[in-house]
Amino acid sequence: MIGIEHLRFAYAGGADVLQIDAFVVALGERVLVTGPSGCGKTTLLHLLAGLLLPSAGQVIVNGQDLAQLSPAARDRFRGRTVGIVLQQFHLLPTLTVLQNLLIAQRMAGLPIDRKAAGAMLKTLGVADRLDASPHQLSVGQQQRVAIARALINRPRVLLADEPTSNLDDEACAIVTDLLLQTSSDHGACLLIATHDSRLKSRITRQLALPRTAVEAVA
Amino acid sequence: MTLLQLAWSYLRARPLPALLNVLLLALGVGTIGFVLIMDKQIGTNMNRDARGIDLVVGAKGSAMQLILAGIFHLDAPTGNISLQAAQELSRNPLIRRGIPLSLGDSFRGFRIVGTNADYIDLYGGQFAAGHGGKKPMEAVLGSTVAATTGLVLGGQFIGSHGLVEGGPAHADSVYTVVGVLKRTDTVLDRLVVVDTESVWLVHEGIIVDADERKVLEAERQITVLLVQYATPLAAVSLPRTINDETNMQAASPAYESARLFRMIGVGADVIKAFGAVVLVTAALSLFIALYHALSERAYDIAVLRTLGARPSSIALTLLLEAMILAVLGSALGLVLAHVMVAAMAAAIAEQDSLRLNALQFSWRELWLVLPALLAAFLAALLPTWRAARTDISSTLARRG
Repeated sequence: MIGIEHLRFAYAGGADVLQIDAFVVALGERVLVTGPSGCGKTTLLHLLAGLLLPSAGQVIVNGQDLAQLSPAARDRFRGRTVGIVLQQFHLLPTLTVLQNLLIAQRMAGLPIDRKAAGAMLKTLGVADRLDASPHQLSVGQQQRVAIARALINRPRVLLADEPTSNLDDEACAIVTDLLLQTSSDHGACLLIATHDSRLKSRITRQLALPRTAVEAVA
Repeated sequence: MTLLQLAWSYLRARPLPALLNVLLLALGVGTIGFVLIMDKQIGTNMNRDARGIDLVVGAKGSAMQLILAGIFHLDAPTGNISLQAAQELSRNPLIRRGIPLSLGDSFRGFRIVGTNADYIDLYGGQFAAGHGGKKPMEAVLGSTVAATTGLVLGGQFIGSHGLVEGGPAHADSVYTVVGVLKRTDTVLDRLVVVDTESVWLVHEGIIVDADERKVLEAERQITVLLVQYATPLAAVSLPRTINDETNMQAASPAYESARLFRMIGVGADVIKAFGAVVLVTAALSLFIALYHALSERAYDIAVLRTLGARPSSIALTLLLEAMILAVLGSALGLVLAHVMVAAMAAAIAEQDSLRLNALQFSWRELWLVLPALLAAFLAALLPTWRAARTDISSTLARRG
């Protein structure tokens, strides 16, 4: 679960770019973070992943106040508790599909489990591309591998940043299905940051961020 | 999936820059290694050849030349000394043993040394076949001579005048091989050892007239006398006595070898410095490659951090890349060093002057990995530090 209280975020010396007074996401719940470009959607996801720390207020993920952790513990926490799907599905280009999942286990400090990685890729329908290079995959396959990688360490929270922004309707539906399906299979909260209105019919709970936080303050 | 595999995957993804850096490191390590191997082998050989010889006495001239000719059999001798004077000197109580050498003839480029059995003993020579010469015109071959010329026991050959191949032959004087020596890894391997009498016989011919014989015997000469001291105290007075009071010259192998080594050493230092410059260049090239990788891979680094990687893991990955290149570069460099020694050995084989063994390895060569590792480490220092400090959020936001 996720709890946000009196959150303020500003870059050093700048005005607040994000402010959320209170927001709670229950275990297994799905939330769409919406708003136009530049409203702080990505910033919020980074705060939830502990990649940024709040200027004020608290971000609590899975019962843990991220700001209270040491940097090393925060990295470990991120690796084990938070799964992140990036907009470009950025797979590590020099590794194979399978290795992209194994490195996620390694970086989280978890034991390497090829069987689990293989099973995860099978679930997502890319089991036949284990030894392929990312650049040999279709965009759709890359998405599946990226989602598999985000889920391999069974995170409690799955964050997706604009996962459908460059996709046509059909692909958009497939990715959305995948995210919903897999997060519920793993009992994880799902937060999708998007300005894609197509998703609104699929996920009802929304956290709508104002056009800019600066405007909101004003 | 380890960090090492991750580092290796990045190197494999860009093989050409990696290869360039490995080659540069190899060239640096190889050059330094080449000098060290040569230094070691030449030093070892010189020490082995000069072992047990405290003083070389010969005709006046260059002391260095006397040593080169008398011990290492490289240069032409300074001249001859009278047998009588040498024998007189040998009776000096400060001298334990004097071994006479008569030089001047050769067989297919190998020097024929007229001496006595002590000379073979000096180098611990053992017979692979046959025995030492007992009569004039009996010859014992060093192992290299036997192997190169193909002569075996009972074989006969004619010496030629002069120390290089192609001199006029002493056609009427035929040597017979009575012994072949085992390999000693000393200068003895490259020599034909005969009795001193033989040399006189070859040059005087058979004299029947008793008076003429007496005159010739009184005029007999040898080339050098190798001297072993009876006491270390001899070093204080004996060389000076010989140099001041006789028309002979005494030269110390230890002193002259050290002087020779100092002269070679300047050249060796220049080559070593060149190797160091190449290593610095390699470090610079590696630094540029890593720094370039840093900007190229900023997003990869950010992704790794989202997967839970600590900054230290990122830094370690980059450092491992540099270290892999350093280890590969040193390994290739050591091979290169031995190839260069082999090439050098082939180039000077004609002159038959230095014995080099390119296949002689020493565990101490592994120390050469250190400068390469150090170069790689220094090159990686700043890039790894920068990598560890990559701002993940802004890197992701820039592209995301």
